[in-house]
Amino acid sequence: MDKVVSRAGIWFGILLLALMGSAAAHDRPFAIHMLIVALAAGIGLIVTVKAPDYAALRRGLVRLPDEGRYDDDPIRWGVIATLFWGMAGFLAGLFIALQLAFPWLNVEPYLNFGRVRPLHTSAVIFAFGGNALIATSYYVVQRTCRARLAFPQLARFVFWGYQMFIVLAATGYLLGVTQSKEYAEPEWYTDWWLTVVWLAYLAVFVGTIVKRSEPHIYVANWFYLAFIVTVAMLHVVNNLDMPVSLLGSKSYPLFAGVQGALVQWWYGHNAVGFFLTAGFLAMMYYFVPKQAERPVYSYRLSIIHFWSLIFLYIWAGPHHLHYTALPDWAQTLGMVFSVMLWMPSWGGMINGLMTLNGAWDKVRTDPIIRMMVMALAFYGMSTFEGPMLSIKSVNSLSHYTDWTIGHVHSGALGWNGMITFASMYYLVPRLWGRERLYSLRMVNWHFWLATLGIVFYAASMWVAGITQGLMWREYGPDGYLVNSFAETVAAIHPMYVARAAGGLMYLSGAVIMVINVWATILGKQRAEAPLHAAAFNPEKDRPLVPAPAAAEA
Amino acid sequence: MSMTERHKKLERNITLLAVAALVTVAIGGIVEIVPLFWIDNTVEKVEGMRPYSPLEQAGRDIYIREGCYACHSQMIRPFRDEVERYGHYSLSAESMYDHPFQWGSKRTGPDLARVGGRYSDQWHVQHLKNPQSVVPQSVMPQYGFLADTDLDTNYIDEKLVALQRVGVPYTSKDIADALIDLKAQADPNADASDLLKRYPKAQHRDFDGNPNRLTEMDALVAYLQMLGTLVDVNAPAAQEQLASEHEPKGERK
Repeated sequence: MDKVVSRAGIWFGILLLALMGSAAAHDRPFAIHMLIVALAAGIGLIVTVKAPDYAALRRGLVRLPDEGRYDDDPIRWGVIATLFWGMAGFLAGLFIALQLAFPWLNVEPYLNFGRVRPLHTSAVIFAFGGNALIATSYYVVQRTCRARLAFPQLARFVFWGYQMFIVLAATGYLLGVTQSKEYAEPEWYTDWWLTVVWLAYLAVFVGTIVKRSEPHIYVANWFYLAFIVTVAMLHVVNNLDMPVSLLGSKSYPLFAGVQGALVQWWYGHNAVGFFLTAGFLAMMYYFVPKQAERPVYSYRLSIIHFWSLIFLYIWAGPHHLHYTALPDWAQTLGMVFSVMLWMPSWGGMINGLMTLNGAWDKVRTDPIIRMMVMALAFYGMSTFEGPMLSIKSVNSLSHYTDWTIGHVHSGALGWNGMITFASMYYLVPRLWGRERLYSLRMVNWHFWLATLGIVFYAASMWVAGITQGLMWREYGPDGYLVNSFAETVAAIHPMYVARAAGGLMYLSGAVIMVINVWATILGKQRAEAPLHAAAFNPEKDRPLVPAPAAAEA
Repeated sequence: MSMTERHKKLERNITLLAVAALVTVAIGGIVEIVPLFWIDNTVEKVEGMRPYSPLEQAGRDIYIREGCYACHSQMIRPFRDEVERYGHYSLSAESMYDHPFQWGSKRTGPDLARVGGRYSDQWHVQHLKNPQSVVPQSVMPQYGFLADTDLDTNYIDEKLVALQRVGVPYTSKDIADALIDLKAQADPNADASDLLKRYPKAQHRDFDGNPNRLTEMDALVAYLQMLGTLVDVNAPAAQEQLASEHEPKGERK
């Protein structure tokens, strides 16, 4: 009972502080953000007061968590959040793609391209990808450690705190709150909040590994760990800044000019390297072997893959700054390491694909395996394209053009998207205790729509990027530049329309997924000719509990 | 296998694994980033660089707020076509007071590093209000609301203080007079001699075509009109410096 009262007191205190912050705010966006915080604290207060079973509390009964079961509540929320933010992010992406083809779709000031673009990138990377990473890491770390999640309250704080970060970041962009550092746009207070949430996440993850029942830490957890630790380092260093006031949204970053540029792209490239690569490779190392019902191809390769990947990735940032005012030696170093990075990347792809040795027939019969194989194929393709684009002479053509955008999306839609969809399809029936998905045939539809969408997207951006890059540098026989900038914009209009069509297909596939998952959660099963799905025994899906379990709990 | 045997130590100890991973990922960043702060010729001294005037800084804040960097770079690479299209390639010193830098990563629209003085104020105002009315093929959004929004001049001195704290050499007079400077620069009737002394080459006039109001349009156009105008890259001294370099890019002395 005391616990309930003190908790309610904390919520009430936050509520009051946020309201005062809102009233005293130096600018409107900060006032709105403090109102959002107050609203969240109000919800927290109501839940704290309403949720407990007071009758049981009076009798002195405290419900202990069942150590004989995995803690799956935050994972179920995470799956739903992943799908929700995924839809939001894809929709925002389609919207800005259409804005580039048809500029009258801009609605000033809140829905202008410049404000919606970070909303799209943050929604897909941090909201969709981040929720997928947190949910799957909670799932994988429990199963591979045969232990229930450590610090269950903190684990829930991580989930809700992360959603709060997303809401503050997203509303901030539309209100014009941004640091303008790509993929690190949120302002100082949102950054501080994320730091708190992230350290809590690290504590839950490491705490669970500490209480493991298996002697070895499974390879997927190495990748999750490297992802969590490195993202913490990158986030803190890149967001060192000086707030104008503690009651206002504006701040100025510590680093300027050339140093600021290198710190930003050290962060930016490794947001790709650790958020979108290491974390998702962890998903690959758990879910691919599980779905294929085969062990990981090579243990030794996974060791080499892990250490060389995390060592080399960090160096590659300067390839975003070729031919700029960054010193030449740093550019060259970035290029050399980017090219070397090709090897560990393909090592990971090979380890994933070869896991299917002896199970290749499942590519025909199991649509989830098919998605995983396609994800690895796109991973391989974009980790070849990346080193190629980092070669200075290639980069002189590709940089500043849509080729880069196409490259990013073959990685994001193909690799991150596909492996996430596959993992979610794996998780949903298991988390909700359903015999199978509502429909495997719909997974197949999702697969083909997504694949076709990516093909449209990547191909149109290759054409747009190379076209524009060549037109910018085209000289006539008279020795003058041939094209005005505006002419090069007009030339790629058809490609922008084709790209939006690709995005629409990808979004349609995701809509089919939402329907499928929804129906599965409701417990429905579509009558259809069966397809192969990996076996699952819920009775065995339990942590190892040492004999005196009650005492430990 | 000895390697896998030795690796098993790491696999059984989460602290060891976490520390080893952190050390592994820290190396690259340290080797690449740290030298930039003490190698002298990372940012060479050039004539003419100064901190932004309060009005220019306010315009820069709007440029950032609207996400202009998503489509416009401010970094001209040392290629013949870029130099002919946009002007002399960018020097690192030209962004030494940029917190944060605005080099950009994508050119959906043209580079803006030296857009200052290339077009008239009227052109900029018309273009920002309705880009397609001056460039029919443009895909740029409209920013007419800037002309209808009064510039928020509160806390401009606090902004300069924050910038001073991260290393921009504003003087105490710059900070004390920030609001006066800001208003004077956009007011053609105000005495700007003191402003011009402390911010050489600052442009003093009404920018948005409406002298009765200080709008966000004034600030943004003032910022755009000063981009790339501070350093005279064609001055004899600057040319001499550039000619003495080994390569036409990277480090300059």
